Amino acid sequence: MSETLAPTPGQTIGPFFHDALPYDGGAFLVPAGTAGAVRLHGTVYDGSGAPVPDALLEVRQADPSGAAPRAEGSLRRDGRFTGWGRAATDASGRYAFTTVEPAGVDGGAAFFSVVVLARGLLDRLFTRAYLPGQSDAFLAGLPAAEAQTLRVVREDDGSLRFDVHLQGDRETVFLRYPRHER
Amino acid sequence: MDSQARITAEIAEAHAATPPGGAQPRIDFLPYRSSALRHPTKDLRHADPEGIELVAPVFGHSDVDPVEADLTIQHGGEPIGERMLLTGRVLDGDGRPVRHQLVEIWQANAGGRYIHKRDQHPAPIDPSFTGVGRCLTDGDGVYRFTTIKPGPYPWRNHLNAWRPAHIHFSLFGTEFTQRLVTQMYFPGDPLFALDPIYQSITDQAARDRLVATYDHDLTTHEWATGYRWDIVLTGTHATPLERDDHE
Repeated sequence: MSETLAPTPGQTIGPFFHDALPYDGGAFLVPAGTAGAVRLHGTVYDGSGAPVPDALLEVRQADPSGAAPRAEGSLRRDGRFTGWGRAATDASGRYAFTTVEPAGVDGGAAFFSVVVLARGLLDRLFTRAYLPGQSDAFLAGLPAAEAQTLRVVREDDGSLRFDVHLQGDRETVFLRYPRHER
Repeated sequence: MDSQARITAEIAEAHAATPPGGAQPRIDFLPYRSSALRHPTKDLRHADPEGIELVAPVFGHSDVDPVEADLTIQHGGEPIGERMLLTGRVLDGDGRPVRHQLVEIWQANAGGRYIHKRDQHPAPIDPSFTGVGRCLTDGDGVYRFTTIKPGPYPWRNHLNAWRPAHIHFSLFGTEFTQRLVTQMYFPGDPLFALDPIYQSITDQAARDRLVATYDHDLTTHEWATGYRWDIVLTGTHATPLERDDHE
């Protein structure tokens, strides 16, 4: 590995991103009504249990065969599956994507990689949303209560719910990757 | 509301209590009041990135129209304010240019007002400026925008709180783990020392990396001033073989 350059620090996304980052179709990784389409949804909470109405989530995912999409076209979707989407939370702190369920890549567990941004949050955070029944060494290595925060819940209507707790008793496990300070 | 003196004292205390050399903001930085309930209190868990985390989303010319890089021509009239050219390179932590990747920006207008409905402070909206732009980096990792220099603006963190003028940036690398959202500032801003968001980065050298440089060679005769700001993303994890497969 060559010499590492000092990274540019992150800063909060602030309150004024809604005219810039969310876009029409951003939360629809597949069109509604697509065979196998599923809603991935949830609420973002702060440390008092109050919903966070000015958060932004991005998901990155494989397709149902476990392939990592490298197709362009996320901003002006034309039917290609790009495996990336973006959704702001609403006034109730809720977000929702319409997508398909990923398979694991290269035999790994199936999860959505999730980036969380919000006013009041000074840097972006990474987490994983594991599909029901999936596990791997990382998840198995966490205390049970922490692992639970990374598990997607299948609702009675078949949708997938993944709540994010920025702080508190049910605080979501957030990730740090090697070579990164955060 | 707390006074600026109180916030400034809290900033100094937080800096004194933080080991030197941190490259990233503290997320538990209470002088920024909104952060109090919105940061995790547990340590981040070490994870080896795998699979989808090692692959950034791909953007291309089907996503971004070249005119989106010029924020001064999108609304039929000339915006008020100092026209400026803003350019720089996006590099990964190993110094490689991040090629053909999406860069998104948003900002206040010259009067310090955002188009956003939540910004209600009494500065004028400019009908010729919404302050939103996108571009793709070129084959050398270079981005380039034409815009208007934003003004500082008041906010309600504390009494008489003013944000230094800044432009918000959203960036992707070659891996999703390199996702970066940040803010670029202007050299010599007198509000730097007072701003709890900027000062959440406790290391001066790291703070300096968010400040653009005035570049007279970029400035164009009777047209626009020029600023340069290079961006370094965090390091990659994929092996060179994995990377080369897809370049």
